[in-house]
Amino acid sequence: MKFAFLIWSNLRRKKLRTALTFLSIAVAFVLFGFLSAIRHALTGGVSLEGADRLVVRHKVSIIQLLPVSYQQRMLQIPGVAAAAHLTWFGGTYQDPKNLFMQAPVVPEEFLDMYPEILLPAEAKKAWLATRTGAIVGRKSAERYGWKIGDRVPIQTSIWAKSDGSYTWEFDIVGIFDGKNQNTDTTPLYFRYDYFDESRQEMVRGLVGWYSIRVKDPAQAAGVARRVDQEFQNSPAETKTEPEGAFVQGFVNQIGNITLITAAILAAVFFTILIVTGNTMAQAVRERTGELGVLKAVGFASSQVLLLVLAESCLLAVLGGLSGLGLARLLTAGGDPTGGMLPLFHFPTRDLLAGVGLSVGLGVVTGIFPALQAMRLRVADALRRM
Amino acid sequence: MMNETANAALVKVDGVEKVFHRGSEEIHVLRDLHLTVAAGEFLALMGPSGSGKSTLLNLIGGLDRPTRGTVSVGGERVDQLPDRKLAAWRARHIGFVFQFYNLLPVLTAERNVELPLLLTHLSRAERKQHVATALAIVGLSHRAKHYPRQLSGGEQQRVGIARAIVTDPTLLLCDEPTGDLDRKSGDEIMELLQALRQAHGKTIIMVTHDPHASARASRIAYLDKGQLSDTPVK
Amino acid sequence: MAGPVNWLSQVASVTKFGLLSIPQRLGSVAATLVGIAGVVAVLVGVLSIAEGFQKAMSASGSPDAVIVLRSGADTEMVSGLNREQTRIIADAPGLARTTNGPVASAELFVIINLPKRSTGTDANVPLRGVEPPAFLVRDQFKILEGRPFEWGRNEVIVGAGAAEQFAGLELGGTIQVGRHAWAVVGIFSAGGGTAESEIWTDATVLQDAYNRGETYQSVYAKLSSAEAFTRFKDALTSDPRLSVKPLRQTDYYADQSTAMTKLITTLGVLIAFLMAVGAVFGALNTMYSAVSARTREIATLRALGFGSGTVIVSVLFESLLVALAGGVCGAGLAYVAFNDFHAATMNWQSFSQVAFAFQVTPGLLARGLMWALLIGFVGGLFPAVRAARLPVAAALRES
Repeated sequence: MKFAFLIWSNLRRKKLRTALTFLSIAVAFVLFGFLSAIRHALTGGVSLEGADRLVVRHKVSIIQLLPVSYQQRMLQIPGVAAAAHLTWFGGTYQDPKNLFMQAPVVPEEFLDMYPEILLPAEAKKAWLATRTGAIVGRKSAERYGWKIGDRVPIQTSIWAKSDGSYTWEFDIVGIFDGKNQNTDTTPLYFRYDYFDESRQEMVRGLVGWYSIRVKDPAQAAGVARRVDQEFQNSPAETKTEPEGAFVQGFVNQIGNITLITAAILAAVFFTILIVTGNTMAQAVRERTGELGVLKAVGFASSQVLLLVLAESCLLAVLGGLSGLGLARLLTAGGDPTGGMLPLFHFPTRDLLAGVGLSVGLGVVTGIFPALQAMRLRVADALRRM
Repeated sequence: MMNETANAALVKVDGVEKVFHRGSEEIHVLRDLHLTVAAGEFLALMGPSGSGKSTLLNLIGGLDRPTRGTVSVGGERVDQLPDRKLAAWRARHIGFVFQFYNLLPVLTAERNVELPLLLTHLSRAERKQHVATALAIVGLSHRAKHYPRQLSGGEQQRVGIARAIVTDPTLLLCDEPTGDLDRKSGDEIMELLQALRQAHGKTIIMVTHDPHASARASRIAYLDKGQLSDTPVK
Repeated sequence: MAGPVNWLSQVASVTKFGLLSIPQRLGSVAATLVGIAGVVAVLVGVLSIAEGFQKAMSASGSPDAVIVLRSGADTEMVSGLNREQTRIIADAPGLARTTNGPVASAELFVIINLPKRSTGTDANVPLRGVEPPAFLVRDQFKILEGRPFEWGRNEVIVGAGAAEQFAGLELGGTIQVGRHAWAVVGIFSAGGGTAESEIWTDATVLQDAYNRGETYQSVYAKLSSAEAFTRFKDALTSDPRLSVKPLRQTDYYADQSTAMTKLITTLGVLIAFLMAVGAVFGALNTMYSAVSARTREIATLRALGFGSGTVIVSVLFESLLVALAGGVCGAGLAYVAFNDFHAATMNWQSFSQVAFAFQVTPGLLARGLMWALLIGFVGGLFPAVRAARLPVAAALRES
């Protein structure tokens, strides 16, 4: 620690250069933060609560509907603790670009299945009492300015009402929050009974997919098999998989996001490594004479090496922390694409990884100049001063 | 009055040879050199450029190793110490004073003086104490917080001397200490060095071109073509 | 007239000295070059994804091709037409005709799941049922391997894009969907459009397999000429038996791709901006150190009589040259690495995979070079000004 002033004052030597290097490192880490947020937004839909849930969908594709009668049969299967169904409503509010999920559900079983949805008790009561009632997540409520008691019209092109219109109206009876940051609070959920009665006769009794809670998560694979076996020879065959796998499969359709973001980050950091490494090498080269003096005065070679390394690490970590902090602040503003990435935030785990990365950057950019400094022959160094 | 010959030899250089390689060329800077310096002596090394004066100084100070021969300082075989121990030994026993002062421009005077103390186990308070003492000896207490660029040449050299004595070393090695100074500042520096020897018993080996500087020494040795003698070369 | 010419030659000299000193500063110059090259390569690479996606979507439609959906339907998926309606549509004025009748194909599609090669997990593929005129509606339709499917049989032809992206679609193979087996008898291409991400079969066979009765989802047709659209549209919208929405295919596809394009472009621009900012800092750093390394030299030139303006221009010029070199390297790298790279992503409107290729277009390359020059300009300007304003006497003394 007593060497701190020495390290610090070396950085203040050429303030402009230090500042510029600091800024380029900071920017690289802001980018790191954003890319992490993007990656997380696209792949992070798996929650802790989903660990004991399976998704049951039509085997051919998620677009196909399943009979609601399947629910009873599912509950008979050993290992199944509960079942709830959802259906893709596919609506928009006012502007067709306003994307968010809506789904008809059976309130009690739905709330039981998804404990990460936090709904006040009065709101739940109101929902059970109001046929046209709907609960909406806080993010969407804030975005569209909805309050409890509002009647909102949602346009869908998939489900026609029996009167032929495609506009459905719901009464907001509650606003829900998410238990943790990963919970999506953009959806709107309304009652299945209202949905089923109001839609066209031809498509009644059909739902999109089921969520099953298993009694023992370790037995999940076995339960999944049994569910699919149950419906094997029915007109609508099923495919059952753990919630995490289902989400991952969905994301994979968008593309290998993890690979892409990793590739971009690799390119960015490689670039910054070269630039910063060069700056560091230059800074050390300029101080050859001074380093010689330190050695003459009695600093051991290893001490000189550590001094240079400490300098580069300090700069890298300061830049890294600033960039990461700024990224955290900027991503707190939420989804920059207006609805396509509801889970947009910079996860803490990635932030910590970023800190580690900044230390690594400091070491890699400093190591060669540091080794050079270590190997300096004092007599030569002094002559060059 | 001290009997010079009765004093223990602090520095013994025996049969030392130093060869430099430049590409494929071999340059013999020092040949079969013998030198003894007693404790408390003030030795001036003179000679033409390229005669190897600085090289000899570097060998005595452990900044370089001889190609052949032995160098011992205070009984310690400097040419045989491994690198890490050499650095520590240097920190403890040697103070260097350079022609161009070699102060770190990013540090204040007192921080520059403190540098060698960072290698010891002294506490912060103790370090501050030593620095204050050293600066007082060289008469620069009032400039402690100034940066080298704010000091005159003479003042910078005095800071350099303060740095050299702050760990209370046995031996001071000075390479052209007045080389970059005007007459008046140079005289001040030489007085300071003399005082260090007389009042504090330091042993000083000084390389110089300057006859005014060497006049202050207690002994002068002449180096020419890698060989030492007591008389100047014609 | 001697003035400007003289000035130019001065600039040339000073620049020459600067360039000649580059070998001494090779490390820094190389670092900036790599930095800018990296930035340009990433920028061009990321934006080539958007270009490629858009191209795939827009290549799908030609100006004389139309698609008719049920009114109120935004996408084929939610549209529905019955046999009667499709006949009326096919008989409307304005359509191209051959000896076999109007070039109009009533179509429907279902989504099936197949494992995607790149991730191993399942993804959605459209299985489309068509009528014979379908091959004429898509201008650039071509069978690449094998043969067209036989009408009335459980045979399919696979688009080249789908064949590449999904496992199990080789010629001679069989696709098992639920209780139906479909034999793959041919691979086709369609000018790079979305059709290449689909699997085609006979509409009536598909209707049977999926219990669709006699319902379709759309009619794809070809106009006699691009201008005939209005006539065609008016005839349909004024017909009381119909409630349909006729669209030019180009408009339809453009609309379909907006969501994805918006996503990619927003993210791409964000990344691009951050990288450019970082690159500017890096460039500034290099140029400042370049200038400080040559302080004495520049001061000497000024003492000799070269003007400040000359110095500014030449330092700037040097910076631009280095940046341009970096930009060319980066653009070249992006082209080699990314152009025509095949990928597939989700088309939100059809909820299925659309295959496309990254497109490093000349426009994109030009943009990349512009960014490089901009970075070089900003990175060189301030150091250049500083170099010109150094007090000469002090600079001459500096070692």
